[in-house]
Amino acid sequence: MTRSEISPSPSATYPRPEAEIAARVKALESIMIEKGIMTTDAVDRFAEIYENEVGPQLGASVVAKAWADPEFKQRLVEDGTKACAELGIGGLQGEDMVVVENTDTVHNVIVCTLCSCYPWPVLGLPPNWYKQPAYRSRMVREPRKVLREDFGYDVPDSVEIRVWDSSSEMRYWVLPQRPAGSEGLSEKDLAGLVTRDSMIGVGPTKSP
Amino acid sequence: MNGVHDLGGTDGLGPVVVEENEPVWHAEWEKAAFCMFPFPFAAGFFNVDMFRHGIEQMHPAHYLLSPYYEHWVHTAEHFGVQSGKLDPEEIEKRTRYYIEHPNEPLADTKNPDFVAFAEGAVKGGVSARRESDLKPRFAVGDRVRVREGSPKDHTRRARYVRGKPGVIEMAHGTFVYPDSVGNGRGDDPQHVYTVRFDGADLWGEEHAEPNTTVYFDVWEPYIEPATETKGATR
Repeated sequence: MTRSEISPSPSATYPRPEAEIAARVKALESIMIEKGIMTTDAVDRFAEIYENEVGPQLGASVVAKAWADPEFKQRLVEDGTKACAELGIGGLQGEDMVVVENTDTVHNVIVCTLCSCYPWPVLGLPPNWYKQPAYRSRMVREPRKVLREDFGYDVPDSVEIRVWDSSSEMRYWVLPQRPAGSEGLSEKDLAGLVTRDSMIGVGPTKSP
Repeated sequence: MNGVHDLGGTDGLGPVVVEENEPVWHAEWEKAAFCMFPFPFAAGFFNVDMFRHGIEQMHPAHYLLSPYYEHWVHTAEHFGVQSGKLDPEEIEKRTRYYIEHPNEPLADTKNPDFVAFAEGAVKGGVSARRESDLKPRFAVGDRVRVREGSPKDHTRRARYVRGKPGVIEMAHGTFVYPDSVGNGRGDDPQHVYTVRFDGADLWGEEHAEPNTTVYFDVWEPYIEPATETKGATR
């Protein structure tokens, strides 16, 4: 059983210098390598996957397909995990995904007030602002103000804002509205209009 | 625990600072720090909920001011030391060494099994869903209230929803229960529901923004049936 005790703060100077953090990580990594817990090639590979392979381009491909194919969209909003799996998309931190759809009357946005939960398989790793105290504290309390003042994204009062606080292992993400003027575009071109921020709910899609 | 990590509704933390064209990694050390989740997890240091609880036990000043991935380093070290898998003196000694020799590289080490584990975890995930024959006590549409009370150990029952009334919007089935598994007491699967809260019920009519709702997931022990009289006045 763990003890809920605040760790002592021997230096009591925060933030710690970045050089000290880097040295501590290297120390821990070297010990864990010696103990057979990790290897440098596994570290490189795990980091590389989220740098180059798993990112918002995957979510964009799902959104584009939903825009182009109404039956797929239906399956996506009914069971996000299953529909994404049709495209080979899913996995760590997206074992149970729920896709919430923006409409003329509803705007959705995601947050994790308790830590940093985020749907990795479709959006990759979260940006720093998503993990920082300002966003996490304010998004549930004053979402309109945060969207307007911090992201320059105005949602009229007539549109309901639904804030999804990812407190469980369900991973929510947003299906933005298909932009006007995108009729006749290919799925690939549609995917190019989908932004990461539009799938978080803090920004618009691009215009064709 | 009523920690600083439980940020929902906290005021005074300033504007959201958005970095344009933000890279995935801001420094080399972040890559190894990021790996302090999957590999120590596989080595039995912690489960996902314990990992979170280790972060919650950082000093509040440290928590708020540190770069994000330092949180992950902290919790890996916390459980490594607590379980006796890591020697704290050795960590300090080597940290001092690398402060003095920052450019000394680690020797390349290879293990195809670890690489395969990383790739498999990314693709397959680590599901928190657990089959259970536990019957759900609540259904979609039920009016409920989040229980009051402040556990001193790990919970996902955030302060800003405690005591607040809402309506069940979704029922998701049974999952490991953070208040048990995050405190090292076993999976104890419980039903998970999404509850819809009106902004006015959370913050008060005069403080809430118009036409806003918050959806928050609860495990069944977090909630009780709402009595309409109490619910309507919040």
